[in-house]
Amino acid sequence: MKLTNRSKVVVNKEMTLAEKLYLPAILSGMGITIKHFFKKKPTIQYPEQKRDFSFIYRGKHVLKRDEEGRENCTACGLCAVSCPAEAISIVAGERKPGEEKLYREEKYAKSYEINMLRCIFCGLCEEACPKDAIYLTEELAPANYDRSNFIYGKDKLVQPLGTSAHPKTYKPYKK
Amino acid sequence: MEIFLIDKIVVITLVFAISLVVALYSTLAERKVSGFIQDRLGPNRAGIFGILQPLADGGKFFFKEEFIPANADKFLFILGPSISMLTALMTSAVIPWGTYLEVAGRAVTLQVTDINIGLLYVFAVVSVGVYGIMIGGWASNNKFSLLGALRASSQMISYEIAMGLSIIALVMTSGSLSIGTIVGQQTSELFGISGASWNIIYQPLGFMIFFICALAECNRTPFDLPESESELVAGYHTEYSSMKLGLYLFAEYINMFISGAIMSALYFGGYNFPFMNELVEMGWSHNLVAIMGVGVFFLKIFFFIFLFMWIRWTLPRFRYDQLMNLGWKILIPLALFNILITGLFILVF
Repeated sequence: MKLTNRSKVVVNKEMTLAEKLYLPAILSGMGITIKHFFKKKPTIQYPEQKRDFSFIYRGKHVLKRDEEGRENCTACGLCAVSCPAEAISIVAGERKPGEEKLYREEKYAKSYEINMLRCIFCGLCEEACPKDAIYLTEELAPANYDRSNFIYGKDKLVQPLGTSAHPKTYKPYKK
Repeated sequence: MEIFLIDKIVVITLVFAISLVVALYSTLAERKVSGFIQDRLGPNRAGIFGILQPLADGGKFFFKEEFIPANADKFLFILGPSISMLTALMTSAVIPWGTYLEVAGRAVTLQVTDINIGLLYVFAVVSVGVYGIMIGGWASNNKFSLLGALRASSQMISYEIAMGLSIIALVMTSGSLSIGTIVGQQTSELFGISGASWNIIYQPLGFMIFFICALAECNRTPFDLPESESELVAGYHTEYSSMKLGLYLFAEYINMFISGAIMSALYFGGYNFPFMNELVEMGWSHNLVAIMGVGVFFLKIFFFIFLFMWIRWTLPRFRYDQLMNLGWKILIPLALFNILITGLFILVF
């Protein structure tokens, strides 16, 4: 079976003088290495240069606010149900009068926790959400020394006030 | 007399400092060259382009544990790297780095000493150099070290013969063993161009043999059998750590620098460069041309150091029987043939 067109039949023939001298072969080898010496290097110098993530990359979650700065999440629990790793836990609360500027619906998530050690970044929560509230961003969930710090609450997940939908902070649902 | 001594002390200090600095930065250059050849960038984090990397490496060596194996001969164990380093630094004494500088009406030769047996001195010192490796490998009380040391010594002995024979042909054409004289002869004219009559034109085969032997003497790939990592752990310096290991590695780079210097001096005109006498006749000051000569000499040396690295990152290591075959069955007969041809040419022309 022929797998590549580079296979060579091995023959135990006498070497020619040029082959015996080895010098032509050595020189051609040095030609190859010097070519690589002047080649453009593919290295990406990490902290200074970063490669763009793929468009469908799934990183750390964000809980979206709408255009008026209200939280989209209505604590329906579909994300928690859809989560195959059971990483999401939600405590629902009722919106009080005067909190209309904070939450879009009458029901909201009092606490919304994702255990980042359990999360497998599958994006099923994003797909399940009927309110466009949770997205997986291009950010990475950073390393930490303590396991308890990997349970991300609303302080880490909710999109900061005053920020708008930006490709670096969250990505559109489907393109 | 006092002034003469001061001159010499200044030259010695400069030569010492320069060979150490060049060796220091050869370590960085090696890593850079290997990186570039392998499509990498090499170390570039310590300082711009990584120029502080050698200092960091050297500093690291000082803080590593000084380890001497339990059954090792302590005196010999310390003596090994010391000899390696000492002999590596001693050779530079006979290398002419430039013609001479006119300082306050006196001529200061840019050479520590031009003894009339300079070439023999180089060979003698290089031969002592193998004792450093042998003693280190023996004193380690480790079979890998001993094997490395054995390989080093037999390799050195084999290749020294071919090296000496290739030099004999050169001595026949130049008629002198003094490196200063040999470099001085290459100042003469070739096709009306001064400073271009390099020995490589008369001794191409001799240079080839000398170059291959120099690779072997420096324990550089493809002749790095004494420390072949994949077979002997690290060869003769398996048991060494800290600055003693550093001295061994450093001595290798100094040897590279010195052998580059000797090859450029013997075969590539040393400090001579084409049109150097014409520049003096055009009214350039002698000192300027002399300093240019020193610069040209160092360029040649750096080229050879680069060539050594280039070869190292191109070729795999020899098998031991191939090494011996090349040394005894090919290089020595070739060197003898070279002597014969050179003799015929001297006789006819």
